[in-house]
Amino acid sequence: MLKFTERGVYCPQADVYIDPWEPVERAIVTHGHSDHARRGMGRYLCHQHTALILRSRLGVDIVIQELAYQQAVSINGVRISLHPAGHIIGSAQVRLAYKGEVWVVSGDYKCVNDGVSIPYEPVPCHHFVTESTFGLPIYRFPQPGAVFSEINGWWAQNAAEGTNTVLLGYALGKSQVILRHLDTSIGPIFLHGAVANANAVLASAGYQFPGDYLIPETGRQTVKGAAIVAPPSALNTSWLRKLMPYRIALCSGWMQLRGTRRRKGVDRGFVLSDHADWDQLNRAVIATGAGDVYVTHGYEGPFARWLRDQHGLQASEVHLRGAATVEDEL
Amino acid sequence: MKLFTQLFVAVDQTTKTNDKVAAIVNYLQHADDRSKLYAIALLIGNRPKRPVRTSDLKFWAADISRIPYWLFEESYHIVGDLAEAIALMLPPHAPEKEHRLPDVIGQLAGLHGLSDDRKREIITTYWRDMDTDQRFVFTKLITGNFRIGVSRQLVIKALVIHLGIDEAAVAHRLMGKWLPAKETMTSLFAESKKGARDFQPYPFYLAYQLDSPPESLGDIGDWYIERKLDGIRGQIIVRNGQLFVWSRGEDLLTDKFPEFAPLRNLLPDGTVIDGEIIPWKDERPLSFQVMQTRIGRKSLSPKILQEAPLVMVCFDLLEWKGEDMRDTPMYYRRKLLETLLSSPGLRHVLLLSELMPFNHWGEVAVFRQHARDFHCEGVMLKRKGSTYGSGRRRGNWWKWKTNPLTVDGVLIYAQSGHGRRANLYTDYTFAVWGDDGTLVPFAKAYSGLTDKEIAELDRWIKHHTVERFGPVRSVPPHHVFEIAFEGIQASSRHKSGVALRFPRILRWRRDKSPESANTHADLLELIQSANA
Ligand SMILES: [Zn+2]
Ligand SMILES: [Zn+2]
Repeated sequence: MLKFTERGVYCPQADVYIDPWEPVERAIVTHGHSDHARRGMGRYLCHQHTALILRSRLGVDIVIQELAYQQAVSINGVRISLHPAGHIIGSAQVRLAYKGEVWVVSGDYKCVNDGVSIPYEPVPCHHFVTESTFGLPIYRFPQPGAVFSEINGWWAQNAAEGTNTVLLGYALGKSQVILRHLDTSIGPIFLHGAVANANAVLASAGYQFPGDYLIPETGRQTVKGAAIVAPPSALNTSWLRKLMPYRIALCSGWMQLRGTRRRKGVDRGFVLSDHADWDQLNRAVIATGAGDVYVTHGYEGPFARWLRDQHGLQASEVHLRGAATVEDEL
Repeated sequence: MKLFTQLFVAVDQTTKTNDKVAAIVNYLQHADDRSKLYAIALLIGNRPKRPVRTSDLKFWAADISRIPYWLFEESYHIVGDLAEAIALMLPPHAPEKEHRLPDVIGQLAGLHGLSDDRKREIITTYWRDMDTDQRFVFTKLITGNFRIGVSRQLVIKALVIHLGIDEAAVAHRLMGKWLPAKETMTSLFAESKKGARDFQPYPFYLAYQLDSPPESLGDIGDWYIERKLDGIRGQIIVRNGQLFVWSRGEDLLTDKFPEFAPLRNLLPDGTVIDGEIIPWKDERPLSFQVMQTRIGRKSLSPKILQEAPLVMVCFDLLEWKGEDMRDTPMYYRRKLLETLLSSPGLRHVLLLSELMPFNHWGEVAVFRQHARDFHCEGVMLKRKGSTYGSGRRRGNWWKWKTNPLTVDGVLIYAQSGHGRRANLYTDYTFAVWGDDGTLVPFAKAYSGLTDKEIAELDRWIKHHTVERFGPVRSVPPHHVFEIAFEGIQASSRHKSGVALRFPRILRWRRDKSPESANTHADLLELIQSANA
């Protein structure tokens, strides 16, 4: 039912693309990250919370059909519904059913509860298109709870030493997960503009997160002992200068590797990901009951081969042109 | 292992030297004396030999992780570090049991004679008893490439704080290959008995590359100017009738240099000379390659000794008549050295480093620019009144190396990086144009680009891959890079017929089209002129 084309994953029967990277007439968008939600589509179909993000990023005048999770629409006989992917707020797996055949496109997902987005739900299907950002057995992440205590412990220690704490995480998704779990009794929390913007968009859907926008006038004395949440792009910029003295940490699944941690030149790397790790990917694929699996976005080759050899599935690697290079998504 | 692993993690987690020193001091305060000795040895780079084959380690780890070997290899390539890959892939562990660092290292040292089954049992038991961080550090010890992010200088600093003794004394005591099993904290750091430490070299004084115009150094008359030779920095020690030759890497190389054997009788007891060991024939140095082939040999035939005879070009005298001279001014040490070397018996193996008679910095600059024509790689500048420091210090000694040779090459292959650069294409192969219009690979380089450039190039490579061969991708000829290197030699081992010394990327030549890159003929011409 689905084809992997130059423009993206395509359903000919419904004439609709999923996360296309070139303008098409009709696009289903799994979530609001820029490598999945691109501008220029005739009509968008996405979860209602993703719609908020799309409008703020791509303009209020875009045409969007909004869906709740589980709610279905029919396009030329294809029944299409969205299901929680647990990746970020509004992120969805796309289920497409036609004449008894069911496909699910995972988009980005993770199977642990981050306390912010609706947790991932396995969706039974015949054909499963899965991401594989962390599709190698070296990526087995610690429990998020343990990571949050580590982060808070580190913040408390820095604060006690009179040092500020800068936590870097993607502005949309990671930042909110961090904010939700910071222990506000340790000190004040401040936000980089990009994070404050993302929070403002999500506020219109009723999400509230702690932290004040760090404006240029915010005094050094005010930020003393604070935790400051900023996107990774703030690293090595002059913006950080007024936060001195500080220790800085990156929160990302890539921090699992010592090499990546060191190359970024940060004081700490916390393994905190909005993607599924090796164990989650395996569990997710099995839970769908799919006999055919298409592996994209990441370690397509090894993970597909593993699924064939180990689980006896029909698994193939799909190289999508628009798939972000793995380093991009921190 | 727990305390030591904590130390490793603490040091690894910070880039700030003060935090690193604090972590070491903290370790020294909490560890027992025996563990301390082993830890200090590891911190300054006295690593144990590799007790098992790497291939065995991989096999055992893949096996108990229930991961097929191909997937283990694939993952290992992404991680880049075997110990880390193993630590990450081993299954979650059973309850921990503490193993002391000296016991672990002791047992590793004793593995050699054991059967493969027994080795496997011992190592996998350790793995089972440890958490991920401990597994990593432990496996690092086995793979023989254990390195921790502290310089010797920082270890010394921490020991000074911990022991409350003088920095120079600590630095001196740590020199050479002492064995933690044969020392105690007292025997290692307390004032030594006469004769007990005859073998011990002094910490080498190292120079920084000059990074400002030489005029900033002031009056040229205050400086000694010498050729910077491309050999092996070493110390020759004669004490109590024994000879020791140390390299800067702190390898004891006495046996590798039979030329120096007679010095045991020719030099007075209590003499330590600092200089450059280098193959020398017909009053000029031979290329570094000659030295490398010689160092690589297990046994030295008369033929080799004749083809690559070694000398030391001496430039400093650190000990004289058993007296540490390092606090005396350089001109004084130099005078003594000149007197010592005037003895006729020494002339064949100990040469005096010649002082270059320049009167103006401008002359030095010209000489440095043409250094290769004078069989050296630049000049050394040493302040006449300076004492002999330890470690790399700014101020009194400078090296001023000549500009590297450069060639414009076209990027043709890229390989994803190891470790530090996992997931990024960072190892590049460059080519020049051959006579028949094909591209001939001539250099591999890993360094020289900024992180931003690497990311940009990485993206381009991923989108323009022509073919994949395992971790390697070929790309169309498009990007031109200026490749710098220190030396060039004809070589039959390389497809291009040339071997480069220290190739690296000088800059990305976005202004150049691939057609304008250099040719193979240009390379051959460089060999001609560089080695004339
Ligand atoms: Zn995403
Ligand atoms: Zn994505």
